[in-house]
Amino acid sequence: MTEAPAKTTPLYDEHVKLGGKMIPFGGWLMPVQYSSIMEEHQAVRKSVGVFDISHMGELVAHGPRAGEWLNTMLTNNVEKLEVGSGQYTFLLNDDAGIIDDLIVYRIEQEKFLLVVNASRIEDDFAWLRSHLGMEVELADESEQYAGLAIQGPSVGELFQALFGKEKELPARNQIAPFELGTTPLLVARTGYTGEDGIEVFFPAAAAPKVWNEVLAKGDSLGIRPCGLGARDTLRLEMCYPLNGSDLSPEHNPLEAGLGFFVDLTKPEFTGRAKLQREKEGGLARRLVPFRMKGKGPPPRPHYRVFRDGAEAGELTSGTLSPSLNYGIGMAYLATPVPKRGEEIEIEIRGQKFPAVIEKKPLYKKA
Amino acid sequence: MNVPDDLLYTESHEWVRREGDKIRVGITDHAQAELTDVVYVELPKMGASYDARGTIAVVESVKAASDIYAPAKGTVLEVNKALESNPALINTDPYGEGWIYVLQMDDPAGLEGLKDAAAYKAATG
Repeated sequence: MTEAPAKTTPLYDEHVKLGGKMIPFGGWLMPVQYSSIMEEHQAVRKSVGVFDISHMGELVAHGPRAGEWLNTMLTNNVEKLEVGSGQYTFLLNDDAGIIDDLIVYRIEQEKFLLVVNASRIEDDFAWLRSHLGMEVELADESEQYAGLAIQGPSVGELFQALFGKEKELPARNQIAPFELGTTPLLVARTGYTGEDGIEVFFPAAAAPKVWNEVLAKGDSLGIRPCGLGARDTLRLEMCYPLNGSDLSPEHNPLEAGLGFFVDLTKPEFTGRAKLQREKEGGLARRLVPFRMKGKGPPPRPHYRVFRDGAEAGELTSGTLSPSLNYGIGMAYLATPVPKRGEEIEIEIRGQKFPAVIEKKPLYKKA
Repeated sequence: MNVPDDLLYTESHEWVRREGDKIRVGITDHAQAELTDVVYVELPKMGASYDARGTIAVVESVKAASDIYAPAKGTVLEVNKALESNPALINTDPYGEGWIYVLQMDDPAGLEGLKDAAAYKAATG
């Protein structure tokens, strides 16, 4: 099978101009870094950084029964969403395997925006369309939208520099319309970094203009354009899962430790029966965070984990934590999983290095 | 990009400084710029023998682990212990304090086939 040529976002030329190192990611050519993952990571932890998230998908469900239908397709409770609110949720297959993790926003009483992972757009859309409910229209609007994630403690200042001193950030998990010049934007107080931040969605044609405006207005705050490298280290310090690594159709949300986003009190949703059985019968494995003890090579995905000398699983994520300056990661381990503080070993190039089980998040703000 | 004239270069972006029948080896400015943020160096084993083009060390950035290859067959005489506590020396001074190891060559003619500075510059654009 030959791979389809990588897609590019409307910001491709801007990334190249800024020295972005472009790599393939989920079918897209995206910047992994501009100058330094470490520096980009620290910009987000200490001031503010901007990420191109135009590769992510936007699906829109519309109709009098759209909410009712989505509630049967997604694990979290859509009925709890007021207009202008969003929630993290899962799209599961019949066996409760994770097709995607996403955020669903109620942007109007009968209209929902689903922001989905770039590599899953076609699969999500096909799955949802093949299960489409009565009186619901579903559209894939991914091509029409560009998106930026603006993340870091200085986001409030940057927001007011962009939209005006009198404007207020939407509350956590809320989404609201704003205008930047003549460009309409949806601004959501969400993110994937553990810092305060927003994600903004707007017409693709305006992408270079909005991107450069954000960089210009953020200049005095020390803004940095940030790539996928920093996005990965930031999210892993928070133990936020990465689809395709920590989440896949082979895993369900309960074993990923994300039961908070699954409402088993709902009478019906795809995958519910399996999750209920899993919950009652006990999970076979769980995703656990850990950190390396002492100096050593950084842990990386697929390295093997040993517990009491026996192989116990493999890493789904691993990196050197730029904030903590030691190796961190997550691995699915057979239950009963080791408790916080218990020691495990990570095999790196044939040698075993000690690590210790941690609690999430791995990084906490001082 | 800095490519000193007095060094030899491999296809895999190591630099080689001849010191009699010994060679001092590191990675080039181009290589460190591509890797960025070196966070760990697995040094060669002292006294161990390596074949030409065999994996002799590993340089790790945040994102990836990269193998470093021996430019010639030989035995490791010295390793740069400073990299254990400060791997970023490879970024800040790739041709100086960021050296990785010294190899005693089995055959002093074993460096034929390496590039000079002009050829390396041409190859990396």
